[in-house]
Amino acid sequence: MATTSHETHEHDVIVIGAGGAGLRAAIEAAAQGASVGLICKSLLGKAHTVMAEGGIAAALGNVWPEDNWQVHFRDTMRGGKMLNNWRMAQLHAQEAPDRVLELERWGALFDRTKDGRILQRDFGGHRYARLAHVGDRTGLEMIRTLQYHGIHQGIDVYMECNVQRLLKDGDRVCGAVGYWRKDGEIVVFKSKAVVLATGGIGKAWKVTSNSWEYTGDGHSLALWAGADLIDMEFVQFHPTHMVWPLSVAGLLVTEGVRGDGGTLKNNKGERFMFNYIPEFFKAETADNIEEADRWYTDKKNNRRTPDLLPRDEVARAITAEVKAGRGSPHGGVFLDICTRRPADYIRKRLPSMYHQFKELAGVDITREPMEVGPAQHYVMGGVRVDADSTASTVPGLFAAGECAGGMHGANRLGGNSLSDLVVFGRRAGLHAALYAKNFGGQLAVDRGQVESAARDLLEPLERSGSENPYTIQADLQQSMHTLVGIIRNEADLKQALAKLEVLKERAKKVRVEGGRTYNPGWHTALDLKSLLTVAECSAVAALERKESRGGHTRDDHPYTDDQWGKVNVVLRLRNGALQVSREPLPEMPEDLKALFKERQ
Amino acid sequence: MATTFTLRLFRGDAKGGTFRDYPVESEEGMVVLDLVHRVQASQAPDLACRWNCKAGKCGSCSAEVNGQPRLMCMTRMDLFQPGETISIAPIRTFPIIRDLVTDVSYNYVKAKQVPPLRLKPPEADGTYRMMQEDIDRIQEFHKCIECFLCQDVCHVIRDHEEKKTSFAGPRFFIKIAGLDMHPLDTVDRSRFMKDAAGIGLCNITKCCTEVCPEHIHITDNGIIPLKERLADEMDPVVWLLRKFRGVKPKTNA
Ligand SMILES: Cc1cc2nc3c(=O)[nH]c(=O)nc-3n(C[C@H](O)[C@H](O)[C@H](O)COP(=O)(O)OP(=O)(O)OC[C@H]3O[C@@H](n4cnc5c(N)ncnc54)[C@H](O)[C@@H]3O)c2cc1C
Ligand code: SF4
Ligand code: SF4
Ligand code: FES
Repeated sequence: MATTSHETHEHDVIVIGAGGAGLRAAIEAAAQGASVGLICKSLLGKAHTVMAEGGIAAALGNVWPEDNWQVHFRDTMRGGKMLNNWRMAQLHAQEAPDRVLELERWGALFDRTKDGRILQRDFGGHRYARLAHVGDRTGLEMIRTLQYHGIHQGIDVYMECNVQRLLKDGDRVCGAVGYWRKDGEIVVFKSKAVVLATGGIGKAWKVTSNSWEYTGDGHSLALWAGADLIDMEFVQFHPTHMVWPLSVAGLLVTEGVRGDGGTLKNNKGERFMFNYIPEFFKAETADNIEEADRWYTDKKNNRRTPDLLPRDEVARAITAEVKAGRGSPHGGVFLDICTRRPADYIRKRLPSMYHQFKELAGVDITREPMEVGPAQHYVMGGVRVDADSTASTVPGLFAAGECAGGMHGANRLGGNSLSDLVVFGRRAGLHAALYAKNFGGQLAVDRGQVESAARDLLEPLERSGSENPYTIQADLQQSMHTLVGIIRNEADLKQALAKLEVLKERAKKVRVEGGRTYNPGWHTALDLKSLLTVAECSAVAALERKESRGGHTRDDHPYTDDQWGKVNVVLRLRNGALQVSREPLPEMPEDLKALFKERQ
Repeated sequence: MATTFTLRLFRGDAKGGTFRDYPVESEEGMVVLDLVHRVQASQAPDLACRWNCKAGKCGSCSAEVNGQPRLMCMTRMDLFQPGETISIAPIRTFPIIRDLVTDVSYNYVKAKQVPPLRLKPPEADGTYRMMQEDIDRIQEFHKCIECFLCQDVCHVIRDHEEKKTSFAGPRFFIKIAGLDMHPLDTVDRSRFMKDAAGIGLCNITKCCTEVCPEHIHITDNGIIPLKERLADEMDPVVWLLRKFRGVKPKTNA
């Protein structure tokens, strides 16, 4: 093949992804004096972070002075069923308050307490009201703040540029290859360090709150470059999404609704969550309605409402109610805030929810209950990183945000992602810049790697074949939905893997119409490769873990098993084959262990 | 119940193009963007359009639907008569890249020109306090999802290519207003507002406010107070007083 022409950009650090994690990383790397390129596949400011609603978790102690990092740490670990990387959870809890205050100094306007501090709201699994928020559009506030701060820091931004492959020089990462969406031209980035901040993998499922961007690109780029992935079996199905009308099925209904007093009911009007309190959370969960309702205003003397159990528990409970025939007309359950809070309060606290139901479903949530059900929302698994530096197992490659693994263990608590983004985004930018500064050697971009990436890129436009990329994507989503969903078992998972093999073959025959100018058919075809990769990783890891824990439930292994609580499932590519292993979790030091022995 | 509509979609690029008709079925609760996706999946895989959230939160899917600037993901099909032909064109003011996708880089250039926040020193205890009533009005501006529909309809940008260099547009007037009314900010942006942002070119037609999907009172709460402040700019004492006394915003409908 003739040598492809392409443009090249050189930086000390490139950051792939411009959501909360990527923006924060780029800002920090620039502050360290590095030359930074920030790459994103949508326009700047449109990343998934913009959709986050409920808030950002940080033990500021503004509403409950009793709150501190130890309590936040403990909640996070317990929510993650103790499978979290303890050091990440510790750093996260310790540094989140500073990161929130920093956002405020950069212009973010969080809702206020009466004395002018940042107000905090209740969320599932958090012992105290802990989420700094702006109504129910916290992610928008966060991304605009970082975006408008970032554009004045001398960062070069490459928008609508899709990275397809990382480049390596020996063991080290030395850049990336991608294409411009606007004209399909190939672009090469040469850099000493690469930060992955590409977000999640939700597009592998049929019903998801995630956008077209969530095709697991960062996970795949890392895997292909030789890095380890961990915890890929842990996928969060958030319990409350719209189920009706069909076209909006999967649109998130923020946990803030329950944090602000909303409660789940079945078609008999029962608050069924009281029937699903697991042993693990019994001591801290109210077992009667009166106590649960008192808890909203008096947290000292009452235990929390089971409506706010961690997400995996609530999602399973809803699934069980629907299965038992106690669901709502469109296959969900009811979420009622209208009988519990005044209309004004609802409109002020949950403006987007009010708007969303009114405009898209014709439902006035100040008068009627919502119909809600679970959908894929978040992936806990991701690139295995060193807690302090976010370095992956490949030199020069760093990862932060949803595409990094370890922080959330088997299940993420609401609000802990936005804080994760800024805590580890900052660390990624810092350590990538330091790595680049200290790296004395020369890096060379290998022509052959660029050529091969370019060939793969252009193939779907050139080959003869009859497969439609959208059809393959839809078939993949259907398989994952039915076979690798909330409740799994060995037979289904094996069937899923067999189907994925067939889909991989079909994907090789995808042919797209049209040219290279802004061609979504072509883009969808190219994203199939990473989508299939993460789907397989998730299914393989789910098959490996023979227990139920957090965001991984096996009906053939319904119990949590202590032995499995000591290991991560690790995936890596060696000689083109996906290898699975179980590797021990880092051991938590005694002083932190002691936090779990205290009376709650 | 499925109903069939005809989408009359602009197909073309910078060199030119035409409208083409695509019959497509709609089911209960669907929005225009769903139908565009259906066309993509079955009839025109290379149909270019932008979207991300499908929930009116990211501001990516702006287009002109039957001539009206709108978010495709928030435009419900039951707004139309069954069987109707619905035309969908790219937003008019910005150069076409392909089909429904336009080059909105103008907005990113303007964004960068706005002088950023510079905070006053913290209180004695090292922290800042802000009262909810002092930030209510700015929180309204912060609802902006950067769909650029207001930029699209503003005649100064739409009809006067030559003014683009010296005019920021309504999106950035409320950006400036948000910074300017920030209780902790210390920057005087009046020179910028007048010269680089060209606020004087705005003649308060309110077209921007009418199309804003976030129902931000762009003119009443943003542009007009800024213009009033500029009128006082010769008198820095008045400016300071106004800044710290605050201007009462109109509340959202
Ligand atoms: C509806 C919704 C509500 C949520 N609410 C909350 C909440 O209230 N609190 C909370 O803590 N969490 C919440 N979450 C989760 C949280 O928003 C996400 O986990 C988080 O925003 C992910 O941020 P990120 O920086 O990792 O990635 P993102 O913000 O998704 O950014 C990813 C970036 O990577 C880029 N990218 C991806 N692939 C490529 C590629 N191949 N080439 C170039 N660029 C690429 C994208 O363009 C984008 O810029 C919510 C999630 C959803 C979906
Ligand atoms: S009011 Fe001003 S900014 Fe808004 S559309 Fe009219 S001229 Fe443009
Ligand atoms: S002000 Fe309104 S119309 Fe203008 S960009 Fe923002 S959200 Fe869109
Ligand atoms: S897709 Fe995000 S606003 Fe329409």
